[in-house]
Amino acid sequence: MYIYDAIDQRLVDERVAQYRDQTRRFLAGELTEEEFKHLRLRNGLYIQRYAPMLRVAIPYGELASRQLRKLAHVARTYDRGYGHFSTRQNLQLNWPRLEDVPEILAELATVQMHAIQTSGNCVRNITTDHYAGIAPDEIVDPRIYCEILRQWSTFHPEFSYLPRKFKIAFNGAQMDRAAVRFHDIGLRAVRADDGAVGFRVLVGGGMGRTPILAPVIREFLPWQHLLTYVAAILRVYNRYGRRDNIWKARIKILVKDLTPERFRDEVEAEWVHLKDGPETLTIEELERVSTRFTQAAYERLPASDPGFEWQRQTNVAFARWVERNVAPHRMPGYAAVTLSLKKTGTPPGDATADQMDAVADLADRYSFGELRVTHEQNLLLPNVRQRDLYEVWGEARALGLATPNLGLLTNIISCPGGDFCSLANAKSIPVAEAIQRRFDDLDYLHDIGELDLNISGCMNSCGHHHAGHIGILGVDKQGAEFYQVSIGGNQGDDASIGKVIGPSVAQDEIPDVIEKLVKTYIERRDSEHERFIETVRRIGLEPFKEAIYGNPHQDSASSARQLAVA
Amino acid sequence: MATLIKIRQVVQDSWQLLEPTADGALPTILPQGDVIVPLALWQRDREKLLARGGRLGVWLQSSEGPEAIADDLAQFEVIAVSFPKFTDGRGYSTARLLRDRYGYRGEIRAIGDVQRDQLLYLSRCGFDAFSLKEGRDPQAALSAFSDFSEAYQGAVGQPLPLFRRRFANAPDGMEWS
Ligand code: SF4
Repeated sequence: MYIYDAIDQRLVDERVAQYRDQTRRFLAGELTEEEFKHLRLRNGLYIQRYAPMLRVAIPYGELASRQLRKLAHVARTYDRGYGHFSTRQNLQLNWPRLEDVPEILAELATVQMHAIQTSGNCVRNITTDHYAGIAPDEIVDPRIYCEILRQWSTFHPEFSYLPRKFKIAFNGAQMDRAAVRFHDIGLRAVRADDGAVGFRVLVGGGMGRTPILAPVIREFLPWQHLLTYVAAILRVYNRYGRRDNIWKARIKILVKDLTPERFRDEVEAEWVHLKDGPETLTIEELERVSTRFTQAAYERLPASDPGFEWQRQTNVAFARWVERNVAPHRMPGYAAVTLSLKKTGTPPGDATADQMDAVADLADRYSFGELRVTHEQNLLLPNVRQRDLYEVWGEARALGLATPNLGLLTNIISCPGGDFCSLANAKSIPVAEAIQRRFDDLDYLHDIGELDLNISGCMNSCGHHHAGHIGILGVDKQGAEFYQVSIGGNQGDDASIGKVIGPSVAQDEIPDVIEKLVKTYIERRDSEHERFIETVRRIGLEPFKEAIYGNPHQDSASSARQLAVA
Repeated sequence: MATLIKIRQVVQDSWQLLEPTADGALPTILPQGDVIVPLALWQRDREKLLARGGRLGVWLQSSEGPEAIADDLAQFEVIAVSFPKFTDGRGYSTARLLRDRYGYRGEIRAIGDVQRDQLLYLSRCGFDAFSLKEGRDPQAALSAFSDFSEAYQGAVGQPLPLFRRRFANAPDGMEWS
């Protein structure tokens, strides 16, 4: 956890006071709806379908137990006793009163939390790998750079009225777990031959109406130049990004229109003026920020704990949970535990205040008080001793947080959709639940193997449907809620964008459609080691289309015949 | 005379802003006194404007960058940058470039949809004069400049980011906060 210093705290407190005054002026009629809208949005307050929604920032997904307790308290006191963890690693409260928001923010500020820039056309919460700092394949701890960039982008005077929202992701490990290719800027740590740390810079990825995988615009940016280079990118975007059409305003459109090469030339030309300037990072600053992160007091433990190994061999259910929800740790004898927020019947990513409190207790007892929010909308205990895993499993089960489905079909990523969001074309939560019910047989689920299924209620893609092995998108068909299904999307190193398999279908048909897709995969996979995504890549879309819509050749042949007869 | 916020005080504005007519035509007759002319007028009537004798300013639309006047900065006592909507943030970069890159030291004025809650960021980008949107009380807006007492980034007036100042104040690397 990063611990604020006096200045960090003062800025957050001043933001609370500023926002309190903005709310007051709005309620007093001194600000119009439209004017206040832009002010409240950059503090994460939306006016939703039924009530306001407040998005609380969880910078790069790191959370301390006392912060989670505060969130539980806020959910209980000012909301309806639950919150929704989003794909941006943030927490969304669905029912706060607009008048209460200044007070909520004041409460959050007491535990070094805020809602700064969780919406609006500015640099949003920076996201990273949820295994940051503990992953065995880590090159650098990305949280240090995330925090440096968080500070730099907070209240940035020049880049607060960009053409559109701006999302940055960092990945510090060998494997990409931060979906860097789907972000406005993706930064991947790389080590040069001489050991120097730098970043591969990708710009202009994104989902939404025009999904694009970000191209690389610089192979190696030495870490010292992080801020000046990002400033150059943002300045080019701020000046030349489109502002005439909201659907074309993201940086990906600028990069695409200019071509990545010309965009890079613009950035490099701008950077010439900023490079080596005062915002060049120093080793002292890097050290200062890293020492402000709490360090878990790890014990020296053997790499494998005999008790744990024995329990794993004798208890199938435990073993299954370990296989899915427990990840390796860079420290011997430790592991990272995912607490699943994907229990069937609960909206994906939702947690009650009581669960939050209980998870905070688990974190205190088993994980040095530390927690993470994952972009797959689960919670993570990052530092659990192997020897405690069995107990943690028992407690997590009692809390309904031990669904052993990480990486499997029912670990559905879903946006809140039409049940809450005013932009939605269709509901997503009931669709997720219907699919979870259809695939409730654990043996079958494990036999299907790794499969990411993502649902968005509209083209804004908050549920990352483009990046799902199976993606479901809510569409509006003459006022009725329909769903478009795509397959072949993927996050990570070999990221790809899913392709739509055919005409959209009604809500009650979705479980059948998914089942047919899965059946087709199981019939066609070359072994159980070939994952769904690999089979799709190998055999293409046709067999899947056929399973759902019938044989198009037959159809066209028969319609051709009919035509000939006519 | 209209009021203006200048260097964090409310003052009377002696300048007259010349605007094209609704159909985009540029004025042909110049009024007496201090005028701020559209960039297009400057480009068309440069010699006439210089010969005129009064004080001269130019204003840029949000789509017009500082490059267009970079060689002429010495001619202008005021450069105004227009915000057609306060959400159009191009003017922030325009001002920074005028100050940081082109070294302009005269007045940079924000005009158009300029409101209290933009003032601090605008001033950190190099604006030192603000013509508030009609109907807004400039006196009440002054408090905006002190909404925040510190800033992480470097900006106009304080090019050093906070992290460099922390160490400048404590050269041994110790923090002072
Ligand atoms: S994807 Fe659409 S429906 Fe879902 S949360 Fe985002 S905006 Fe709302």
